[in-house]
Amino acid sequence: MAKILQANYMAKCIGCYSCMLACARTVRHSFSLQQSAIQIHTAGGLQSRFLADICRGCSEPACAKACHCGALLPRNGGGVRFIPEKCLGCQECVEACVVKTIRFDHTSNKPLICIQCGSCTRFCPHQVITMEVREDGR
Amino acid sequence: MAVKPVPRILVINLAEERVETIRREDLAPFIGGIGVATKLFSELVDVEKDALDPVQPIILANGPMSTIFPVVTKTVAVFRSPLTGEWGESYAGMRLALAMRMTGFQAIVIKGRAKRPMYLAISHQGVRFKDATALWGLSVSETGSILRDLESGRGHRSCIRIGPAGERGVRFANVNVDTYRHFGRLGLGALFGSKNLKAVVIHGEREEPIENFAQYSRVYKEIYNKAVTTDIMDKYHGIGTAINVNGLNNLNGLPTKNLQQSSFDQAAAISGEAFAEQSLIRKMACAGCPVGCIHIGLHRREFGPGYDYESKNLSYDHELIFALGSFLGMSSQEKIYELIDAVEELGLDAISAGVLLGWVTEAFEKGILTEEQLGVRPAFDHSKPYLQILRKLVQQPNELYRFLALGAYAAAQRYGGQEYAMTLAKNEIAGYHTGYANILGQAVGARHSHLDNAGYSVDQKLKDKSPVEKVEALVKEEKWRNVLNCLTICLFAREIYQLDTVLAALDSIGIPSTEEELEKLGEDIFRLKQDTRRQLGYDFNQVEVPKRFFETTSVTGNLNREAFQEMVEHYKAHTCPQN
Repeated sequence: MAKILQANYMAKCIGCYSCMLACARTVRHSFSLQQSAIQIHTAGGLQSRFLADICRGCSEPACAKACHCGALLPRNGGGVRFIPEKCLGCQECVEACVVKTIRFDHTSNKPLICIQCGSCTRFCPHQVITMEVREDGR
Repeated sequence: MAVKPVPRILVINLAEERVETIRREDLAPFIGGIGVATKLFSELVDVEKDALDPVQPIILANGPMSTIFPVVTKTVAVFRSPLTGEWGESYAGMRLALAMRMTGFQAIVIKGRAKRPMYLAISHQGVRFKDATALWGLSVSETGSILRDLESGRGHRSCIRIGPAGERGVRFANVNVDTYRHFGRLGLGALFGSKNLKAVVIHGEREEPIENFAQYSRVYKEIYNKAVTTDIMDKYHGIGTAINVNGLNNLNGLPTKNLQQSSFDQAAAISGEAFAEQSLIRKMACAGCPVGCIHIGLHRREFGPGYDYESKNLSYDHELIFALGSFLGMSSQEKIYELIDAVEELGLDAISAGVLLGWVTEAFEKGILTEEQLGVRPAFDHSKPYLQILRKLVQQPNELYRFLALGAYAAAQRYGGQEYAMTLAKNEIAGYHTGYANILGQAVGARHSHLDNAGYSVDQKLKDKSPVEKVEALVKEEKWRNVLNCLTICLFAREIYQLDTVLAALDSIGIPSTEEELEKLGEDIFRLKQDTRRQLGYDFNQVEVPKRFFETTSVTGNLNREAFQEMVEHYKAHTCPQN
């Protein structure tokens, strides 16, 4: 079964942003953290804890259901595959995402979709984020 | 010489509420960071006018490697120091370099004085001048909480602000950067206050594509692996800089009780190991640093009967444990946390505040200062009187407190006790008593910091070398650090960013350079700083070295003034042979 990104150990996060840099770099070939599909931020300032806005790898993804042009396809094991050439930029997926973690890049007129590649986890110095098989098996 | 990118500079005039962006090709060879800031400052400073005059500029700069390489996390501020009157240079981490990068500006110049309290919101789309009258007078943390709600950019923005100390012109007031880091030294906070500038919030969303993906990714990964999987950075992530407390204490190098001693019988209670085991609750990192050296401790305090408790998460480091700990004879972490909390909320530089309190204590013991003047009876190992003194030097109710707000050097000039006012070139000393190179390094370094040239390290590593060799090592190190600071690499990562790595990193982002070129850059900046600070009044013939340095044994034994003076002469011969 293919694995999905999970953020089960956020209490260990030091806020180094290496994951965001890795996503923007490897997937989008960009230095800009805006281009990262994973977003780290605090719950309420730096004295509070860190949170990760990530694709939750739904087994029946609402974003794929909402996509009318076949750009988002359910992925075996959870999450979606993204076919950018088919995307027209309607932003229906952004609206549909249950946990509201899909952001839209107006420059390319495409959503920033997590492709569950695990690049971010390879640059996490404390294994805060990991690739795991969906536990509920759905 | 290979062509370098031209930095984009944002110039903000607070009085006129106007901004302009400039691109200057002649700044390109300076690459960024301290290079660009030094050049701009040397042109813009008015050497005839006081440090707090509205014409004086504040320059913030980062570099082309900022955030996009591991541990390249710093932003430099250059200004005329309100504390020393001469060269002001200070570095801060956290999110500031990242936020600046995403705005697309490599340098920000702030000039003029706002007509009323103001904060700036800087983005890739420009600058908004915002009313800060409701924020004036608020503590550092409260200001941060309010701005967090007022401004957008959660997670990517940076919020730098001053506390009451900066507003009221305390000459060693700091600028807090994102809660846990600071432009700490040399009084940038007072300069913000004099400009009616309470805070600057920076947030950019500029897209920046990678040109040479394969090469850049390879170099990034190599450096990342060095930072994370080797033991080079262990010291900083593990116990952190506070590991020095025990180490220096065992070697007679930990300034204690106003440097009346160089070892502390209570050091075990306030060592890095003790902090880690008893009150450390988490570690944090600056954006782009996988090491995470920021150690956060839990300060838990009972504020009333019936188990009423408050708690705060405070950042500690060696310098804070020295200045607010051993230097004041503090025997418990709790007392140190109380003082850290106070300097954080008021917005004071922790080192200067602690070293000043050390002088106050001894001056009080010797009868130079009285309880009537102070309102309290300061004593080593007692935090409560110190808390009152810190608050009062912000309020400045009488002449003594007005002088204390000018720093230890000015206060000792007025009241006496210069021989134990622990400053070098008017800046309060850092937490090392290692020997001659440490004293000389801080006395002659551009910003009078232990980080200018690492004299404390030269004393220990070149222990058996001649004075001339030590002087040469100091100068060489200061020049190379100018290069690292053009790139705003955190100096904790200097072992990772040796010449080859620096060249590889620059090349991978389209900035080819050579060893000769970087050497010349370090040299040029060194000279430019020397020239500028001479115009600002610095003269190493005038630097006073308090007698106390020669009374208390150091890591390298007992020191004497004659031997120190000999090193000063070597330094002068080495750096300005024409004299």
